Amino acid sequence: MFLTISTSGTAASPATDLGFLLHKHPDNAQTFTTSHGIAHVFYPEADAERCTAALLLEVDAVALVRRGKGKGRGGAPDAALAQYVNDRPYAASSLLAVAIGNVFSSAMRGVCRARPEAPARPRPLRIEVPALPARGGADLVRHLFEPLGWTVTAEPVALDAEFPEWGESRYVGLVLESEALTLSEALRHLYVLLPVLDDAKHYWVSSEEVDKLLRAGEGWLPGHPEQKLITSRYLSRRWSLTRQAMERLELVRLAETDDSEVEEIDNAVEDETETEEKPTPLAVRRREAILDALRRAGAARILDLGCGQGQLVQALLKDPSVTEIVGVDVSMRALTIASRRLRLDRMGERQASRVTLVQGSLAYTDRRLKGYDAAVLSEVIEHLDLPRLPALEYAVFGAARPRTVLVTTPNVEYNVRWESLPAGHVRHGDHRFEWTREEFRAWAHRVAELHGYQVEFTPVGADDPEVGPPTQMATFTLSAKEAEAA
Amino acid sequence: MTETRHTGRVLPVTDLSLVVLVGASGSGKSTFAHRHFRPTEIISSDFCRGLVSDDENDQGATRDAFDVLHYIAGKRLAAGRRTVVDATSVQQESRRQLIDLAKRYDVLPIAVVLDVPEEVCAERNAARSDRADMPRRVIQRHIRELRRSIRHLEREGFRKVHILRGVEEIDSATVVTEKRFNDLTHLTGPFDIVGDIHGCASELESLLSRLGYQDGVHPQGRTAVFVGDLVDRGPDSPGVLRRVMSMVGSGNALCVPGNHENKYGRYLKGRKVQHTHGLAETIEQMDDESEDFKAQVREFIDGLVSHYVLDGGKLVVCHAGLPEKYHGRTSGRVRSHALYGDTTGETDEFGLPVRYPWAEDYRGRAAVVYGHTPVPEASWVNNTICLDTGAVFGGKLTALRWPERELVDVPAERVWYEPARPLRAEAPGGHDGRPLDLADVQGRRVVETRYQGRVAVREENAAAALEVMSRFAIDPRLLPYLPPTMAPTATSHVEGYLEHPAEAFAQYAADGVARVVCEEKHMGSRAVALVCRDTDVAHKRFGVPPGPTGSLYTRTGRPFFADASVTEEILGRIRASVDAAGLWDELGTDWLLLDAELLPWSLKASGLLRTQYAAVGAASGAVFPGVLAALEGAAARGVDVTDLFARQRERAADAAAFTDAYRRYCWPTEGLDGVRLAPFQILAVQGRSLAALPHDEQLALLDRLVEHDPTGLLQTTRRLHVDTGDPESVRAGVDWWLEMTGRGGEGMVVKPAGAVVRDPQGRLVQPGIKCRGREYLRIIYGPEYTRPDNLTRLRGRFLNHKRSLAIREYALGLEALDRLADGEPLWRVHEAVFGVLALESEPVDPRL
Repeated sequence: MFLTISTSGTAASPATDLGFLLHKHPDNAQTFTTSHGIAHVFYPEADAERCTAALLLEVDAVALVRRGKGKGRGGAPDAALAQYVNDRPYAASSLLAVAIGNVFSSAMRGVCRARPEAPARPRPLRIEVPALPARGGADLVRHLFEPLGWTVTAEPVALDAEFPEWGESRYVGLVLESEALTLSEALRHLYVLLPVLDDAKHYWVSSEEVDKLLRAGEGWLPGHPEQKLITSRYLSRRWSLTRQAMERLELVRLAETDDSEVEEIDNAVEDETETEEKPTPLAVRRREAILDALRRAGAARILDLGCGQGQLVQALLKDPSVTEIVGVDVSMRALTIASRRLRLDRMGERQASRVTLVQGSLAYTDRRLKGYDAAVLSEVIEHLDLPRLPALEYAVFGAARPRTVLVTTPNVEYNVRWESLPAGHVRHGDHRFEWTREEFRAWAHRVAELHGYQVEFTPVGADDPEVGPPTQMATFTLSAKEAEAA
Repeated sequence: MTETRHTGRVLPVTDLSLVVLVGASGSGKSTFAHRHFRPTEIISSDFCRGLVSDDENDQGATRDAFDVLHYIAGKRLAAGRRTVVDATSVQQESRRQLIDLAKRYDVLPIAVVLDVPEEVCAERNAARSDRADMPRRVIQRHIRELRRSIRHLEREGFRKVHILRGVEEIDSATVVTEKRFNDLTHLTGPFDIVGDIHGCASELESLLSRLGYQDGVHPQGRTAVFVGDLVDRGPDSPGVLRRVMSMVGSGNALCVPGNHENKYGRYLKGRKVQHTHGLAETIEQMDDESEDFKAQVREFIDGLVSHYVLDGGKLVVCHAGLPEKYHGRTSGRVRSHALYGDTTGETDEFGLPVRYPWAEDYRGRAAVVYGHTPVPEASWVNNTICLDTGAVFGGKLTALRWPERELVDVPAERVWYEPARPLRAEAPGGHDGRPLDLADVQGRRVVETRYQGRVAVREENAAAALEVMSRFAIDPRLLPYLPPTMAPTATSHVEGYLEHPAEAFAQYAADGVARVVCEEKHMGSRAVALVCRDTDVAHKRFGVPPGPTGSLYTRTGRPFFADASVTEEILGRIRASVDAAGLWDELGTDWLLLDAELLPWSLKASGLLRTQYAAVGAASGAVFPGVLAALEGAAARGVDVTDLFARQRERAADAAAFTDAYRRYCWPTEGLDGVRLAPFQILAVQGRSLAALPHDEQLALLDRLVEHDPTGLLQTTRRLHVDTGDPESVRAGVDWWLEMTGRGGEGMVVKPAGAVVRDPQGRLVQPGIKCRGREYLRIIYGPEYTRPDNLTRLRGRFLNHKRSLAIREYALGLEALDRLADGEPLWRVHEAVFGVLALESEPVDPRL
């Protein structure tokens, strides 16, 4: 929670002018109360050649946790802020950005009554931020500051010198140097980019933030090559913050019980799929293949097991021959998003009567799922630990027993074709396994045999002659004799 | 039809039945009903009319009123309560609806007809202000319809019909409650329940003599119970019948019919049946028997009751298995289910019907003992067991001793009959992959616990638990317990301390607990280890496919190690210690469940360490040198920063202390090198929960385990006994804690020495109170929590919810262990375990 701003000077333009520019006298230590603690400004050095102003924000960590009690998780919009063990008192985050805005507001605006012409003049500047949290690392720090005319030194901070195997922390020691920028520009760069690099905010992002961003970004943000990232990081967490506060509480507690990070278990809804290229998203191909297979099976009453955010449900709703769709997912958060996406609460009665979203789990048999024409397990099985797969097999093929079951899963052989995927990695952090075509077929044949189904395989996506398609699909059909009995 | 005319008619009415009073308006049905039945047993159509229309005589509300009447009657019958319908019921259509209702709930419909002269009805109605203007023709119509109906009542489906003619007969009649034939709850045995015999007379004699019967009589007065299928296929069906009939006749045995008796009985009655599935053999063998014997057999088979409810309702015996809703019920459907079981409608590759795995769905409290489906081994599934071990196919003849639940069997002397399909590898439902049912865990639930009564689980907490249990937890069969949360000691007001053991001792003293044991708290991750003697035990006792020899999991049921071979290695080391310490035999078990702490903390919490703890250390370590140097520079320039400088130095020291604090719980591991497991309780062994074993006995057992581990994996738990009433002893306890935490220990847990203890009011006391060290708490409350103004604010913490949660989870945990020890079905154990996980998602201050 600390930074220093230094300048060097000449007889004509002494370094101590920094005091005029910042509106803070170099010989006093000054104190300002901000909403999250007390800001101190003092000068470790101040003479004509060199002048350094230090901004130190003393954050009250206890108050930070206790402030918002009652709202969301401990009231804080960001899960990490609900902890007393919190880097906010030490790291240069949005709290420090707010302090800059409060304490140096005139300097930021480029107003200086004593030296009206000075703010517009570039000065030699050196800014040190010893503990800057940077999601994206030193590289991103350089990408953000270098285009603005800074010479950037960003040294990663080790997580713990005693445990070198833990690697680097997300903090960098940052030094920015430039001769070509004004102090106002420098402060506005920090005001925007500190929270962007931190990628977390201590206050609720509201629409006011858009104006603040535009003001602080004036003159430099529009032409910045990383403008999109800056804007989206600065603003786009609004939705996810709300989500955290409203929907993850029970899971947060279960993660805490286990001393694990909440992201480890609350990952049923993906923020972004890293490996799927945008132009012909594989997800669309998969959906098309599934819809096609369902049509060929003549299925009218369909279970979407592991429906996630409801993309397939939405597609099925458009097909009038489908009379009933039950979307099942174990994640309440996924179901909430699906329900919102489908606008279930505003759907007409007739349409709404075709869709049901329910929480369910394929680790358990579920009598609500009996008697359907078809069940879809799209990209579901790979999210189960292999020893738990027999439970799903029984729940779907043994107990629910629909006439048709569609199963899609990644073809691991194809992974070598994903350029963005490091060798040996699975496509998604939660994939417990990914199968080759042969492994998938062996599994499918065994399950079909055991439960009286016939099975066929369809490639989804471009069928590479060497490694096969990116997604493999199995269509299980209940054997005629048993279908008749059922 | 009983129509004898004399005063004081006695009307038998079955205890669970739907009694339909039939009579015209004014015939005295309500009076009759209230004279002979409890008011809550009676539902009248007038009352239901009132409910829906505010007017008991509003004929326009009749349809809705009967909907309500049928609904209430349905609820009562489903709950097994006799119900008397007080409506005219003179029309066949209205009676048909009631008969359907009785059938739907598998109870006997009984008609009681009150046949009263028209004048009497009219007179009575005239005397009632609300019916005074009822037209005479209504009564006339009622009586006309009644007279027309009387002769057809039995054909309509009433299983008993009592017709009372005239006021005098009605007034003098008495109703006696009769038990159902299948209700033998008053018989408590002990019983020996014998599986399908199929004419294997010699094997039957061997089995009976192994069970201790001498010529069909047990010297200790035990009763044999035969599950049916005495005949067909085997060499001597007449011999079996003779033995069983004589034992039943002399009161030494009970018998329920199997489908084979049923078919043979129909043959004996001259019905046309196919002589397949071994019937031909029976017919041939019976040819040599006397007509007299054949007549006895016919009568015997005819008199068999579909199933019996025995031993206070704890035991149900039938031939082919019976879901709970049919227990003690009486209908054709129940009978056919009891005889033939349920099928899926599919047929297998041998052309035989595929049986519905009803036992998987079974959630009843009564044990269901049955036969019908040959299996190689009898085994319990959800409190049901199939005793047909294929004697006639060369398997064995099996009996179950009740209430001992011991299996006794004799091998078949030979293959008497070739099976149409090979015996199934496992009991119906099977072991592999048989999941639990969602209805066992989903939604708001109340779990009955032995120690704390009903423990409620809220819907949203169950939903979160479902996600974690489904996506991350290990196989529920290897997850028989989850540890409860533990409350910290009351907040201390000792200067510089937030927690201090003095409060813990005082709390136990106030709860009337004199002896407590302080156990060193290991700073690692909570681990539960299920250790089986070998993979066979895991397979047989816990029903998992051959492979694992147990499990090692976290507080939320997740596996500790992604690599199963690492788990197996740890289990192997524990097992070797148990072997060497001789605990298997001493505890009479071949598996045990351990509560433990797995160290180091960094092993599992590395994600959290990186993103939170070490991150804070890194940030503070990076920032303070610059801060202090800058302040030093300013001070040197004469700027007054004295207070700020001093405060920043303290903050820097606090941050360094924090870094030291978490570092103590981190060390590198390589494979299992550096990994340690500190067990502090043996939770359960075969047939026994050890949760109530006093802690000194527990620790003595565990010490031996540690001693016998040459690998250095197992770590002992230091402990100290304290007498909460002795100030000297309390001081020693405090000193011990100060010394231990002063050296960087996490702290200690104070437990009542007697383990499961109640206070003088009979409430469970906390099973443990944690007292965390001053330095350790920096990891919880932040590096600077010891600053006086921070401590003052942090002391305002509220423990009541945490304490209540700890007790509720503890009760669920104990319940899970008891259910496990009692060999209860998986779903019962899982219900309690799931409850613990769900409660863990309740909102409570996470720092407590």
